[in-house]
Amino acid sequence: MSTHTEHQAPQGREPLDVNDPRLSRFEIMQEGARRDDIEIVHYEPQVVPGTKAERRLTRLVASMFLLTGLAATAFLVIYIWWPWKWEAGRGGDKYYTPLLGLTLGLALLGIGFGILTWGKKLLPKEVSIQDRHDQPGSPEDRKITGETMLFLADEMGVRRRPLLGISLLAGLAPVGAVAAAPLVGGLISNPHKNNQMFTTGFAPAEGKRIRLVREDGRPIRPADVSAGGQLTVFPGIEEGVSNKHADSPTLLIHLREDDAQASREANSRVGHGDYMWGNYAAFSKICTHAGCPASLYEQQTNRLLCPCHQSQFLITDNARPVFGPASRRLPQLPIEVDEEGFFVAKSDYTETIGPDFWERP
Amino acid sequence: MKRRKFDVAAVPAKTAGAVDDRFQVATPLRKLLNKVFPDHWSFLLGEIALFSFVVLLMTGVFLTFFYEPAMTEVVYNGSYAPLRGTPMSAAYASSLDLSFDVRGGLIMRQMHHWAALLFMAAIVVHMLRVFFTGAFRKPRETNWIIGSLLFWVGFLAGFTGYSLPDDGLSGTGLRIASGIMLSIPVIGSWLTSSIFGGEFPGEIIISRFFIAHVLLIPGLLVALISAHLGLVFKQKHTQWPGPGRTNENVVGERMFPRYALKQGGFFMVVFGVIALMGGLFQINPIWYFGPYEAWVVSAASQPDWYVMFLDGSTRLMPAWQINIPIGDGYVIPPLFWPTVVLPGILVGLSTMYPFVEARRLKDYKHHNLLQRPRDVPARTAVGAMAVAFYVVLTLSGGNDVIADKFHISLNAMTWAGRVGLLVVPPLAYYVAYRLCLGLQQHDREVLAHGVETGIIKRLPDGRFVEVHQPLTAADGHDGHAPALDYVGWVVPKKMNRLGALGPAIRGFFYPIERPAEAPVSPGHPPVEPRPEREEIGSGESRR
Ligand code: FES
Repeated sequence: MSTHTEHQAPQGREPLDVNDPRLSRFEIMQEGARRDDIEIVHYEPQVVPGTKAERRLTRLVASMFLLTGLAATAFLVIYIWWPWKWEAGRGGDKYYTPLLGLTLGLALLGIGFGILTWGKKLLPKEVSIQDRHDQPGSPEDRKITGETMLFLADEMGVRRRPLLGISLLAGLAPVGAVAAAPLVGGLISNPHKNNQMFTTGFAPAEGKRIRLVREDGRPIRPADVSAGGQLTVFPGIEEGVSNKHADSPTLLIHLREDDAQASREANSRVGHGDYMWGNYAAFSKICTHAGCPASLYEQQTNRLLCPCHQSQFLITDNARPVFGPASRRLPQLPIEVDEEGFFVAKSDYTETIGPDFWERP
Repeated sequence: MKRRKFDVAAVPAKTAGAVDDRFQVATPLRKLLNKVFPDHWSFLLGEIALFSFVVLLMTGVFLTFFYEPAMTEVVYNGSYAPLRGTPMSAAYASSLDLSFDVRGGLIMRQMHHWAALLFMAAIVVHMLRVFFTGAFRKPRETNWIIGSLLFWVGFLAGFTGYSLPDDGLSGTGLRIASGIMLSIPVIGSWLTSSIFGGEFPGEIIISRFFIAHVLLIPGLLVALISAHLGLVFKQKHTQWPGPGRTNENVVGERMFPRYALKQGGFFMVVFGVIALMGGLFQINPIWYFGPYEAWVVSAASQPDWYVMFLDGSTRLMPAWQINIPIGDGYVIPPLFWPTVVLPGILVGLSTMYPFVEARRLKDYKHHNLLQRPRDVPARTAVGAMAVAFYVVLTLSGGNDVIADKFHISLNAMTWAGRVGLLVVPPLAYYVAYRLCLGLQQHDREVLAHGVETGIIKRLPDGRFVEVHQPLTAADGHDGHAPALDYVGWVVPKKMNRLGALGPAIRGFFYPIERPAEAPVSPGHPPVEPRPEREEIGSGESRR
């Protein structure tokens, strides 16, 4: 067993002659390290060649690599031949991804632990010490560098010819702007175009009131919503149900008699006296907090809960926020029933839909 | 003419010579091979982040081959029967195809997602390690800043990636993001409209996010990671104090072969674990959520864990709206504070911390030795406070789930979070500070009086005392061992650490025949030639 342990001050040491035939390979390597200010102070093989311990470790590492081979082969076999197309029910396809994960994971872990064991147990342990050299350059060097830089600046003569510098700056500034302009100019889009932030799909088109429709586009009669019930409705226009009109989904609620009474009183207090039709009220479904659909309606308390940050709106009090981070009530849609007996919006929402922003009037 | 014999043994030397003739790399190469790395298990945390990033890149490339970043409406017609015939965006349809109609696509998607979670987690834990050990001090402030930027850029990468499938959950996240942007005073509506190309959701946000997610952000990440690693390489690792370890040296192993092998093996292990998770644990099953529709959402819509703290802060924020009665009137919505201002403050505080601390302690020296958290109670306590703050926010991000599972009122959960946010962090500060002092005290006690042996002695006058084993031999003149100085390193506190008792016998399937002799302390580099001793761990004695 060879244990090389040696400690020598790196400084003031004669470099070894590496051509000396008496030097071992280890010694030459050690000399190289020394020239890089690394002292190998301890170097000790962990296993003695030929012992049972070595054989056992070798077998261990080898078996891990073999495990890798097996698992990788299994991965390939499964990848190619296992039924993988999704089918209803509990078919074999449900095991496709787990099996792939298992085999791939085992294969990779096999290599990983194999290499780790090899490196940690079979290779000699060592302790080396390297000097850091993170002292800054000498003051003299720093001075030289600084002066060199200043000298270069002087050479350019900007200080003597200020016009050059000023004109260069004046010329470059717009060039920088030119670089930024297409990006900014191309991306920027006026939020107030077509008054889009303040209108929804319920805005009457050509003087015609817009119908309230279901998800599948069918209009709604009062009898379709039972007392205490509610329904998500959309503007009855083209693509009114799609995400093009992401600010239009509305909750139509059929309030029970007492609640409707309370609701009407609360409405008239804020000047929404005629927004309800009978015992029916419609509120924007888009939370005024961050824009999630506030959709969890609790019949007993008439509270509407937004699942995103738990703002709660009291429907019988103009959908006033009563808990959570929302600070503004849900806008109310004025509704009535048209000649054919279907719900229509009397006008568009009179307040801004969705999350709040700076210039909301 | 006699043909020269081909000398195989000379090939490496010859090739090396030929290469060096042209590129002059022999010396730099030797320096590289010989570079010394200190070792400590906690240094692996950063590497987990790095390795998961590599997995992210690999799986991500695969995903881009099949994903279609378009919001055009299509009707799904793939293998997943429950959604057949549903109109949805091309992005969502292609994500479904990735999961069901691409061989092995699902495992790739899941590995990508798990790797992302692991990446962020490793960054956070690595940052905690760096923070609590003071590894961010001069000269490493730059790397600390790069590191915290990495967290936030990773956060963006995660968010943009989360939005790509355009399923119900990711659409909700986008909607909230648009609300957050809208809440910024003055420019909010312009910003949102410019990013979304008009009103939410518009038609281009997915393709924009795609470019950001696969090109811009990864580019930035690669650049930051390279700078980070370059600096680590240049400045070399920090190391724990210990025998032979000074501020001016690095004690450890040379890069080749052991260190490099261990790194390689460890990469494979991380990769393997991600593969196992990607295969065995379902994540983000987008087919359950359906396509994004502005009017559907369900309870328990939670973002990925590293976003939860912002969700939590949003939930805890009271409905304080600021009205500015000028002209038509302007508002600052409550959403602005927890989602724009708070992260801003967090970025500022965390990146500036090294400078704040250096100023406070007037400490402008180079530090290459780590500190034990107990030795810097103020910093440790500040860290504990920050962690407590983060944990309260993260828990609040899931307060609806907690309320539901434990039958607690939802409003009570919100209030608990609000109160907790104010009370728990200071409490954490106090407790951590006291703990540090207590641990310091104990260390010093051991240095002065020795290790507790558990042996109780009765004195002739009837008192009971515990016998302590001093750490040094008595120095003669008063029969007492001299007290030792604390050097910022682990103090042995158990008899087997002193070698008085053997370590616990190891071995699971094979009992170890003979209990081995105790090392002085784990992690103690045997700098002095140590006495020959039995090998531990091979399960057999050799000599
Ligand atoms: S979006 Fe409704 S509470 Fe935040």
